[in-house]
Amino acid sequence: MTSVVVAFTGGAVVLWGLGRNLLTVNVLSPLSLPGRGFFSYQVFATMSTLHVAGAKQSRSLDSSVLSAIGRTPLLRLQCAEPGPGARVRVFGKAEFMNPGGSVKDRPALRIVKEGIESGRFDPNRHVLIDATSGNTGIAYAMLGAAMSFTVELAIPANASSERKRLLRSLGATLHLTDPLEGTDGAQAKVRNLVAKSNGQYFYPDQYNNEANWRSHFETTGPEILQQTNGEITHFITGLGTTGTFMGVSRYLQQFDDSIARVAMQPDSPLHGLEGLKHMATARVPGIYDADIATDQVVISTSDAYAMTRRMAREEGLMVGPSAGANVAAAARLARSIDVGTVVTILCDTGSRYLSDSFWDEPESATHVQSTPD
Amino acid sequence: MESQKTSSVKIRIPTPLRSYTNDQSTVAVGGATVEEALQSLTQAYPALEPHLYHENGELRSFVNIYLGDDDIRYLNGPDTELPDDAELSIVPSIAGG
Repeated sequence: MTSVVVAFTGGAVVLWGLGRNLLTVNVLSPLSLPGRGFFSYQVFATMSTLHVAGAKQSRSLDSSVLSAIGRTPLLRLQCAEPGPGARVRVFGKAEFMNPGGSVKDRPALRIVKEGIESGRFDPNRHVLIDATSGNTGIAYAMLGAAMSFTVELAIPANASSERKRLLRSLGATLHLTDPLEGTDGAQAKVRNLVAKSNGQYFYPDQYNNEANWRSHFETTGPEILQQTNGEITHFITGLGTTGTFMGVSRYLQQFDDSIARVAMQPDSPLHGLEGLKHMATARVPGIYDADIATDQVVISTSDAYAMTRRMAREEGLMVGPSAGANVAAAARLARSIDVGTVVTILCDTGSRYLSDSFWDEPESATHVQSTPD
Repeated sequence: MESQKTSSVKIRIPTPLRSYTNDQSTVAVGGATVEEALQSLTQAYPALEPHLYHENGELRSFVNIYLGDDDIRYLNGPDTELPDDAELSIVPSIAGG
């Protein structure tokens, strides 16, 4: 056992022992929702801090959209399991159920909170600016609306019309960048704007901000461990900013170094998996440490699309292609082991991709091929 | 159907694929249709081919090709005819965050 954290949560007491052999979790939740007390404490503490720091108007953030971030369900994904009789279970963390529709609500909230606490971000004076492929931008814009600060985002011009409309509807100003340069070009645009500015910007730089992975270390990782009753044996997810992989993996590694931590990326520099990076040809985020991974795998776009359709038709879960890639990778991993509990991330909602053509591809292509790694 | 004339075409290469084109951001080729222009491109740079095409020779469904500002899916697909001095772009998906 390495440490015990004790948290008092307004009627709730949480004892959290770190170390598989001595895992003890006792939760008395003020919400009468088993397992939610510890995380309610974290969110309430976060909101309290932000409220004290103050936005343009004096607004209470209790019960605001911020309180709906995190504590997402962990869903059994039978379509990814090897079949009857197998002793392998596969679960997906339903991050698309965050209020902004993606896993990015967590790092965005943490980034804003740390920015305010450090004094780097004054919501009354600064404009938050960052580069995004969409989801982090949506989360920033949502927070900006709820907390009354201004948001500007650099985003490649080929982002879907749904995303751009969503961002503008939430009040963000968009700087559209060259589609051929991807988010690397969007980052260059932000750096240029910040360099020419008179100090009006707060540029958190999600690709190099430690708060990104820390948000998952402090919330997503503990939630997964609790929701699997400490039985998780494999964690697998795709690499984008790498914050989710790094944060959850570091937490699980601290709990039990034998839990496999598998990083997935697209199999080609030209792929159709929005949000995921092909590391060999991309600007590698500063927060990424490849040594945390116990294994690296790749997934083809066609396999990811096929699993995305299966998730909709067999599980009733409308998720995006990066989630489909995660589940396809989890399914392949599940077939390779005899016993275990595999967890992956359902990154965002499929409603954000309805204008994409892959939904209409023939049914014959809807089953993931058993291609080897 | 064989095309009647060959146009001069500029193809814009996205950053993830430039390692296959000697770091060139644009490549000049000839071709009367999108398909012919892409064939010229992959003949000049064969390492690009598996990233654009399936093994059966079909253009991968997620490969986004634009003629000017128009997605060729909403024109005539790979059979879209090209005017002289056409500009094609291979547009990648948006990666990360």
